[in-house]
Formats: sequence, structure tokens, C-alpha cells
Amino acid sequence: MKQFFIFVKKETLHILRDARTLFILIWMPIVQILLYGFALTNEVKNTQFAIFDEAKDEASTRISEQIAASRYFSLYKNVHSYKEIEATFRQGKIRLAIVFPQGFRDDLLHTNHAQVQLIADASDPNTANMLTNYATAIINDYQQSINQNQDLPYSIKTQVRMLYNPELKGAYNFVPGVMAMVLMLVCAMMTSISIVREKEMGTMEVILVSPLKPFRIIIAKTIPYLLVSILNIASILLLSVYVLDVPISGNLILLIAESILFTITSLSLGILISNTAKTQQAAQFTSLMSLFLPTLLFSGFMFPVENMPIPLQIISNVVPAKWFYIIVKAVMIKGLGFASVWKETLILVGMTVVLLGISIRNFKIRLA
Amino acid sequence: MQSVIVQNIVKNYVSKKTSVEALKDISFSVEKGEIFGIIGPDGAGKTSLFRILTTLLLADSGNASVDGFDVVKDYKQIRNRVGYMPGKFSLYQDLSVQENLEFFATIFNTSIQQNYDLIKEIYQQIEPFKTRKAGQLSGGMKQKLALSCALIHKPSVLFLDEPTTGVDAVSRKEFWEMLHRLKLQGITILVSTPYMDEASLCDRVALIQKGEILSIDTPKGIAAGFKKPLWAMRANEMFHLMNAIKADDSVESCYPFGQYHHVVFKTQKDGRTKLEEIAMKGHYSNVEIKSIEPNIEDCFMALMRG
Repeated sequence: MKQFFIFVKKETLHILRDARTLFILIWMPIVQILLYGFALTNEVKNTQFAIFDEAKDEASTRISEQIAASRYFSLYKNVHSYKEIEATFRQGKIRLAIVFPQGFRDDLLHTNHAQVQLIADASDPNTANMLTNYATAIINDYQQSINQNQDLPYSIKTQVRMLYNPELKGAYNFVPGVMAMVLMLVCAMMTSISIVREKEMGTMEVILVSPLKPFRIIIAKTIPYLLVSILNIASILLLSVYVLDVPISGNLILLIAESILFTITSLSLGILISNTAKTQQAAQFTSLMSLFLPTLLFSGFMFPVENMPIPLQIISNVVPAKWFYIIVKAVMIKGLGFASVWKETLILVGMTVVLLGISIRNFKIRLA
Repeated sequence: MQSVIVQNIVKNYVSKKTSVEALKDISFSVEKGEIFGIIGPDGAGKTSLFRILTTLLLADSGNASVDGFDVVKDYKQIRNRVGYMPGKFSLYQDLSVQENLEFFATIFNTSIQQNYDLIKEIYQQIEPFKTRKAGQLSGGMKQKLALSCALIHKPSVLFLDEPTTGVDAVSRKEFWEMLHRLKLQGITILVSTPYMDEASLCDRVALIQKGEILSIDTPKGIAAGFKKPLWAMRANEMFHLMNAIKADDSVESCYPFGQYHHVVFKTQKDGRTKLEEIAMKGHYSNVEIKSIEPNIEDCFMALMRG
């Protein structure tokens, strides 16, 4: 056991003394999550919108004014037909349109019910969601202000229409995606490189001619990367909750446990790559081509898998990141429990066992 | 007792188009507590042989044993008891001297304190730099550290693959002195080197070339195998002189050796007269001709020709 720990210590020193590696390991996840978080979610601020006011009464004007005055929106123009709304959307001038039907105020006063239609450009589903939520909130504020001295409350119903992408499919919840990518990169690429480096530097030759069991060498080499990964999981989750306002709806322990499972899957992949790669560059290239790209393409993080041709959908099933992405989305975003992700978890466990088995079997106890 | 036994070892490297015979049916044995030198030029097969003996490579055919253990079947036992220093500096460059030593001590289930006596003399020389990264050491110090690391678990057999290549003359001398002290501890040492002058420091040497052993004997025995008279000659125009000597039919071989050319005749009785004749003909000045005792390198050159 002492042998094992000195190996872990040695490996940790390697990481700590290589400023570049350390930088990649610690900062890359943070930079990525922030980049994706801010670059892809489009901060909602002074978003241009259009108003199609068929009512032109006091209530519709008040609501329009309030929306236009908020810091989230700025009025692009008043339009006069649905056709014009469509055209303005197509020009890319606006992201939201608000439609007041004829007799808006009358409906409100006489029947106590009125409707407003919010039309959003859902090609960017996250933003669309946010915009309609903000607009609805403002309308609700107005509703409350007129209800203050009312026995029978008025209610304004917002009817949301998502243009271009009504089901909000492929709403990329980037946090699970970035998590899959970062863990894949840190674990698979960094471990494979660090194992191949020992071969390249000739140190593998020396440690092979020692009582250390090859299996132990591999496990000891991966431990520090497992620890770094846990650190990364923590930093990604903290950032997404406190900086990006993506809450963790499900069980945190379950989420972390699933992440560690995926980390181990990635580590086994890294060991597998290191078995065949002869140089550090080869290891890096193989990792990028065989792990990073499929993770990006087939996990569903960037491109919805459902829209892909059937052969690609079948291929996507062997990408571990796909299953991890599903799990994280379910647990973190939808707040589901283990009962709804046990199948995916089982698939990941199966993959890990097979990969680890193959890589340990294939680990060379000699040089050639 | 024999520490290392090598029987009919054959090793080929096969790539797509070509097959290189690295070791062609090699056999020898090394006595316990012996310093056994494997002398040969680059590419002779020295490293392949060492890797087979340290269980890092599998031979295509033949048997070998180290300390009575088979290199294929009992590789685990061998890995427990041998020390191996590869030709290329193979320690962790980003770890300090002390961290490296500690690491190797621990993976061999021992500690620096436990076997400090064994490495004391070597390690003391690098101890002042123990916090320095191994990658920043000089060539000689790197070799001392590597030797310390290979020795820290008190191996019964020590394999040193070209330990003195790229090391300055003073450090080389010190290194060999250390090997002789280790020998006194009963450690069997197999050392390979491309330097002929180091052959005389071994108890026995095997001359190896292109995967074949040319001769195995004590350094003296090998030198004694050189029967013909040997001449050393120098003059002002060494390059021309070489060509002139080689052009003569009676000359068997002529090769540069330090400041001299060494000359062997086929059957010529009076070599000196012949060489003087050549010198006269070529109008050389500062001519010096002397009869010398053959050393290992002369034997090696002769064996290579044969």
C-alpha cells in the first residue's frame, strides 16, 4: 500500500509542477463553463421587441409602456398585422412580439379575463423562454396593480407561442454538456498522455522492472486525475448555480455520484488509448478524435440526436457522454431521482467495466 | 554459482518490410559477483540483450535465467531482485534528486535509510543538490543518481546499459571505481559500453557485433589472442599516410588509433622496414614507428575483420 501511495504522490507532483497541465486541469473547466454560460445564453438586456396592438386602449398602452420601460426590453416598433410581425422576425430585428387582441380592456373589465399573446423566436430556446418569462412577469405585475381594490380579480392570460421551434427541442442545457466534455478531456486525455509520457521518457522501463504490479501502476496514475475531476465537478456545479443561475433541482449526492461514475468511464478510456499510443502527440490526437469530437457531436449537447439520421443515432449509443448527458439533464435540470436514470446508469457501469477490463488485460507488462 | 545464464537467444525485430536480426543465437553465462562487460558499437544488440534479461522483452527463441529464475516464466521474481539502469536517463526529470530516490526506494519496498550504506559513497556526491530537479543535473550527476536509484533496493544483479555514455572522463573513472566497490558487496554487474578502454576494467568481457558474440574472455585473454605483431606509426600527413599504408599489398589492416595508425601485416616479417619504406616513398616528415602490445580495441578490430 505504501508503494501505491508514493506513486500517487509522485503523480500529484507531476501535475503540480507542470504549470501548463495544472492550468488546463483547473482553469479550462471554469473558462468553458463561463464561456458557454455567457456566450451561448445571451444575456437578456434591451432586447428589441414589437407590439401589435389591436386594442389601443388604456390597459394595452399601460402594459406596453411598462414592458418597454423595463431594462430587459426596448421597443423596436409598433406593427399592424401578423404578417408584419413575421417579416420583422425574419429580418432578425426582434426576438419577441406582443399581441393585444381587439377589446382587450373591455374583456378585462367585463369578463374579468383577457388574453395577451407573446410570440418568441425559439430558434434560441433558452433566450425565448427567458424573454417570455420576463414579459409574463411584467404583465402579472400590471394585473396585480389593478387588482388591489378589486373583489373579483382580473386575470390576464398570456398565451405563449414559440416560433420556429415550438417544442423547444434541443434546448441545450449547456451545463451537462460542458461537464461531459470537461470530464472526458481531463480524464481521458490527461491520463492517456501521462501514461504515454512515462513510455516516452523511458521511466516506464524502469518502473516495470520493479515489484510494482502493472495494474497498480495504472490505478495509481489515475487517482490524482480522479481527484482533479472531482474538483472540476465541484467548480462547474458551483459556477452554474451561483454565476449562471442554473439550479440543481435534483439530488446533489446522486448528481456527484453519477459524475464520478462517468469520470471512471473516461479514465478507463484514457488507459485504453495509452495502451496503443506510442507518443504523447498520438495520445492527444487519438483522444481528441475518438473522444472529444464524438462527445461534442453525439451527446446531444450541441446537436439534438433525435434529428440525426438513424445510423448516426445508432452510433451515438456507444458514446458514454450521451448517457451521462441524459443523466445529468434528468437529475440536475428536471430534478428526477435515481428511479428514472437507473437504465442509463447501468449502461455507463457496463461500459466502464468492459473498458476497464479490456484496458487492464491489454496493459503491456513488457515493452513490446 | 552462475548469476546469469543465456542460451541460444535469438531476437528479431520485424517491421512491415524488413526484419532486423538484433541477436543471433547468443549464449554466455556470468558468474556471481563478476563484472561482466558487453562491449560493442551502437546497434550491436546490447540494449536488446539487456531488455530480454530484465524481462522487458521476449526473445524469439532461446532461454535465459537471472539468479536461477527464468526471464519469461518467473519475470515477477526477477523484477524483485535486479537493478536496471537503462541507456537513456530514465528518472523523473520534474522530481528532485531526493524525491526520485525516495520513490524508487519505496516502490521496491525499502527506504533510503535501510540501504543507505550501499549507496552512501555515490549519493554523498549528489546529496548537496538533493532538492534540485533531476532534469537540471549534469550528465555525470544524473548517472550517479540513476545508479543510486538502481541500487537502493540492494539488487543481486545489476544491469547497466551504457552507464558512461555522454559522461566526462573524470566521472567515468569514478563510476568504474564505484562498480568495483559494489562488486565487493557480492553484486553481479552486467555493464555494456561502446568504449573499448573500459573493457580492461571488467572481469570478463564479451565482444559483440551485429548481434553476434565475437569473443568472450578476460581482457587479458582477449589481448593474448592477438598473435600478429602490431605496429603504431605517425607522421605529418596522417590521412595520406593511411591511404599509402592501405595501398600496400602486404598490409592486412590499418586503422587510426589516437595519434597513431595501427598497422597489421599479413605475413611480413620485418614490419618496421616496410613502414620506413612507405614513409620514404611518400616523403613524410616527423615519422615515428614503434612496435606495440595489442589492446582490446585492436583485438576487436581484428575480430571484426575476421
